[in-house]
Amino acid sequence: MQEAKNHITDIRAVDAATQQVWQYLEEVTDPEVPVLTVVDLGIIRGVITDGKSAEVTITPTYTGCPAMDMISTNIRMVLASHGYAPVTIKTILSPAWTTEWMTEAGKEKLKAYGIAPPNPKQSVCTPEYFHREEAVQCPHCNSFHTHMISEFGSTACKSLYRCDDCQEPFDYFKCH
Amino acid sequence: MISDKFLYTLFLADNALILGHRNSEWTGHGPNLEQDIAISNIALDLVGQARNLYQYAAEQYNNYRDELSGLITSPAFNQVQGPIDEDDLAYLRDVNEFRNNLLVEQPNGDWAKTILRQFLFSCYQQLLYERMKQSADLQLAAIAEKSLKEVLYHVRWSGEWVIRLGDGTEESKRRMQEAIASLWKFTGELFIAASFEKALASAPTAPAASTGAPGSPMETSLAGLVPAPESLKETWLEKVAGTFRLATLDMPANSWMQQGGKDCIHTEHLGFLLAEMQYLQRAYPGSEW
Repeated sequence: MQEAKNHITDIRAVDAATQQVWQYLEEVTDPEVPVLTVVDLGIIRGVITDGKSAEVTITPTYTGCPAMDMISTNIRMVLASHGYAPVTIKTILSPAWTTEWMTEAGKEKLKAYGIAPPNPKQSVCTPEYFHREEAVQCPHCNSFHTHMISEFGSTACKSLYRCDDCQEPFDYFKCH
Repeated sequence: MISDKFLYTLFLADNALILGHRNSEWTGHGPNLEQDIAISNIALDLVGQARNLYQYAAEQYNNYRDELSGLITSPAFNQVQGPIDEDDLAYLRDVNEFRNNLLVEQPNGDWAKTILRQFLFSCYQQLLYERMKQSADLQLAAIAEKSLKEVLYHVRWSGEWVIRLGDGTEESKRRMQEAIASLWKFTGELFIAASFEKALASAPTAPAASTGAPGSPMETSLAGLVPAPESLKETWLEKVAGTFRLATLDMPANSWMQQGGKDCIHTEHLGFLLAEMQYLQRAYPGSEW
């Protein structure tokens, strides 16, 4: 995972033309969580450009996430609007996306939007029954007295929680 | 053989699609809102996995059309002009060309039966994908690695429900026990290799690898690409038995097992499922919404 993280950093450290495409990609947001850009989500796995054409490699968050098709289209449209042609979108599955790739800025934006960001200590699904990860912090009142209502929420990437202090229900962007 | 890999990819895809479709029949009808959303999420994961697998199967088909075209005879499928895609494989094959296990096509029944079907299958899928993610076939390995993260949630969620219902009220326990009685006979074939699994799962041997012209994909040995299904059985039984114990449910005795799904011989239920699922694409080819 660490390796994959560095992979992104390396890509972003390259030439100005590539940097420019990365900057334009910040204009593409997740249709279901509109405060997050595709860069915040960590789904951009590579950019190849000569300043005229562009090839963007993305990886899906969840295999069935319906937002992925829209994200591809939006990337294509945004880059086309900046004059890139042709724009190619490639999808790779491995290494599999993890919430570890989400940027810190992205996590802050999520919280401000009312969605608890993935816990800093990555704890993905373990096979043990009735075993849950560490307390999830309420994005509204910051209390850790919260409990899970459902592992599965309004989108594949979220689960549903409720705060025992302020009583508000909230979405948790679960570790994956 | 390239045809074995194609059929194996279709088999994995069909399992994911058919179970995904069955689960989607609960959408809007779940026992409560949270569980309605949960089963719909699982349906979405499975349909997503099916899509990746069908895309890979379509790629194989388009690359080796001469070798593979005889494997699908459905008239609707053979009317497709040019390269095929994942939708053609899902919507235009006939019931006698689907290779999914009998377990996943069984009707939803009550919540207990749906939960048990998911649990039995997800445990199998977990073991399969854990092994397949090390496959020398990089695309199968990638799909397995990606899907496995989702499957772990399915195993835990369905296993917890097996425990809740089994160790719940008298009625919930009775219903779980009935679900076991009705579904157990479809679990045997998960661990019996079909011909394409035998071809892919056997250990690579020097003579097999050296037949035919080097570099020709038709002749290159694909042996050892996927786990032998028999090798998953023991771990699967342990997991199921352990969960049933926590759920205070009786483990069924060794009994007669129904098989045929991987060889395209299905229970009557699959035809009805496909009739509904494929109707729109058959009636209005290529329509989108």
